[in-house]
Amino acid sequence: MTLVLERRHLEAIRRHAEADYPREACGLLGGTAEGDRKVVVQLVPVANARTDASRNRYLIDPDAFRRAVARLERDGLDVIGVYHSHPDHPARPSEFDREYAWPWLSYVIVEVRSGRAGAQHSWVLADDRRSFAEEPVTMEEGNVVWQSPS
Amino acid sequence: MAVTILIPTPLRSYVGGRDSVQLDARNVGEVLDQLIARHGTLQPHLFAEDGRLRSFVNVYVNDRDIRELSQRETPVQPGDTVSIVPSIAGGTAVAPPSPKLSHEEVLRYSRHLILPDVGVEGQRKLKGARVLLVGAGGLGSPAALYLAAAGVGTLGIVDFDVVDVTNLQRQILHGTSKVGMSKLESARDRIRDINPHVEVEMFETRLTSENALDILREFDVVADGTDNFPTRYLVNDACVLLGKPNVYGSIFRFEGQASVFYAEAGPCYRCLYAEPPPPGLVPSCAEGGVLGVLPGIIGSLQALETIKLILGRGDSLIGRLVLFDALKLQFRELRLAKDPNCPLCGEHPTITGLIDYAAFCGIGAEPAYAGPEITAAELDAERRRNPDLVLVDVREPHEYEIARIDGARLIPLGELPQRLNELDGHAEIVTHCHRGVRSMKALEILRAAGFAKVRSLRGGIDAWSVELDGEVPRY
Repeated sequence: MTLVLERRHLEAIRRHAEADYPREACGLLGGTAEGDRKVVVQLVPVANARTDASRNRYLIDPDAFRRAVARLERDGLDVIGVYHSHPDHPARPSEFDREYAWPWLSYVIVEVRSGRAGAQHSWVLADDRRSFAEEPVTMEEGNVVWQSPS
Repeated sequence: MAVTILIPTPLRSYVGGRDSVQLDARNVGEVLDQLIARHGTLQPHLFAEDGRLRSFVNVYVNDRDIRELSQRETPVQPGDTVSIVPSIAGGTAVAPPSPKLSHEEVLRYSRHLILPDVGVEGQRKLKGARVLLVGAGGLGSPAALYLAAAGVGTLGIVDFDVVDVTNLQRQILHGTSKVGMSKLESARDRIRDINPHVEVEMFETRLTSENALDILREFDVVADGTDNFPTRYLVNDACVLLGKPNVYGSIFRFEGQASVFYAEAGPCYRCLYAEPPPPGLVPSCAEGGVLGVLPGIIGSLQALETIKLILGRGDSLIGRLVLFDALKLQFRELRLAKDPNCPLCGEHPTITGLIDYAAFCGIGAEPAYAGPEITAAELDAERRRNPDLVLVDVREPHEYEIARIDGARLIPLGELPQRLNELDGHAEIVTHCHRGVRSMKALEILRAAGFAKVRSLRGGIDAWSVELDGEVPRY
C-alpha cells in the first residue's frame, strides 16, 4: 500500500518531533483506507506515556488509543498509522519497534539530530513479523512523490 | 445473542476486512480461542511464541481491561462487547540497557525483587536512573535516604549550604558531628554508608538561571526540595523546558503539599500558581517554623513518587495535589488541570527560556534592603548614647519567649498597623525580627505612616546574638 499525506501533516509531525527532542514524540495517523492507498486526514499527537525512558522509548497506552479512536470515529476516520521520532538515531525501525509492531499500520519514523528533524521514512511490518518493509509515501499536493533522503 | 468482538484496523485484513466478529463464548479465553480457530493468521499478532497474549495487546470487556478483571477467565455474556485495543510502543535501537545487578545487589534489594511491580526489571531501571535533588535540607533528607536505599543508581544533589545546628531537628541526612561541614559532603558520606552502590554527583552551587538547564539536563527526574519561591519557579520552568518530571514538595509549620508537575502529561507549577505571592507574605521555615517530622512525611512522598515514575508503575501524582495536615492527620487531594493559558506550558507559551526569578518574585538575590539599616554593634552603641531610642520587636510572642533583646518592645508585625499610636513619631525607632526580613516590612509600614527616623536591625536578633550578646539564644 501507499501512504498518502499532505505537506502540512508532515510538517506537523516534524515540528512535534523537534519540540519533544530529546524525548521521543509519538502520535497516531487518522485517515481512511481506499484500495491500496492509506490517506492521512488528521494527526492525533499523543503524550508519550513512558515516564521512565522517554528518550528512547515511546508508548501510546490503550486508554489513549481508545480516546483517539473515539475522536477519529466521529469524523468517520480510522487509525491507519503511527508516527514517532528517533532522537539522534536513524529513521529505521529498531528491533524494539519490530517486536511491538502491529501489522498493516504505517509506522512513520522521523530522525531528529541535535534537535533538528532530519530524514523520515514510513514502514510496514511484514506478515511474518520478522521484518519491516519501507512503504512508498506520496505527498498529495502536486502529486510529488516524497523522496526520503537515504 | 452473541458476543461482539471489535477488531482494530491493523487486524481487520485478517478477518476479511470486517470491523467486528460475532461469536458465542463464556469467557475471554474462549473468545480468543475461537477467534484464532476461525482466523488462524491472527495468531502471531495476538500471541507470543510462549502462547501468552502479547504485552501490547489489550483486551477490554465492555469498558474494562481484563487485567483488572479475571484475565482470560473474565466471563462474557451475550450482548457484551469485547474490544481488542492496541498499545503502540517502540523506540530507538540502542536503548542504554538497564545495568545488571551484582549478587550483592540482588541480596540487598531482595524485598524489591520479589515485588511483582518492581522485580529484577524494575530494580535495574532504578539502578539506571538519575535523580536530581534540589536541596539537601528538610525535604531532600528523607528523599535522599530512601532513594539511596532503594538503589537509584545516580543521585545528584544541588546545595551550597553548610550544616547548621538548627538544621538537625528535621534534616536527618545530617548529624551532629557534621555541623559546620558542607551539606553535600555530609550527604555523600551518609549516602555512601546507606548504599555504596549509589553514585553521588555534587553541585555545590546555588541553582541559577545560568546553570539550571545544564545541571538538570543530565537527569531523568528532579525532586524539588527548595525553600524559596525564586528557586521553585526556576526548577519548574527548567523542568518544563527540558521535559523533565518535577516531583514537588513543600512544607510550612504543620502542613505540607506534594505533587508531580510534568508538563508532558499534566499541569506545571505555574498552572497552579501563575504568580508568586508578594515577598514576605509567606514566611520561610526559618521565619515561620516547621514541625520536624513534617518534611519526613512530605519528602518520603517525593521519594515514592520519584520511584513510581522510574518504574512506570502505579498512579502518579501528575495532575493531583496532595495536602497534608499533620495536626488533623488528614490527607486531602485536589485535582489540578493544565491551564491552556499557562505562559510556560500552555497552548501559546510566552516564556521560552529561563528568566530572572528573583525579580519575578519581587526580591533581590539577597533580601532587598529598601530602608536604612543598622548593625548590631551600631545599635548597641546608639542605645548607650540615646536612652530614648525605641527598639520594636516585630516577631511573634512565642519567639519572644525563646529569645529577646532587653528593653525591646514586642509589637508583632501583624498587629503593627493597629498599634502605631503606641509609638512616638519623633523618636528614633529601630525595628528588629529574627533575621531581618519582617523588620523591613515593619519599616515600610512605619514609613508609610509618616515615621521618619526608623531603621531596621540588619540580621535581626540572630545577628545580635552572634555579634554582641551570646546570652541571647539562637533559634
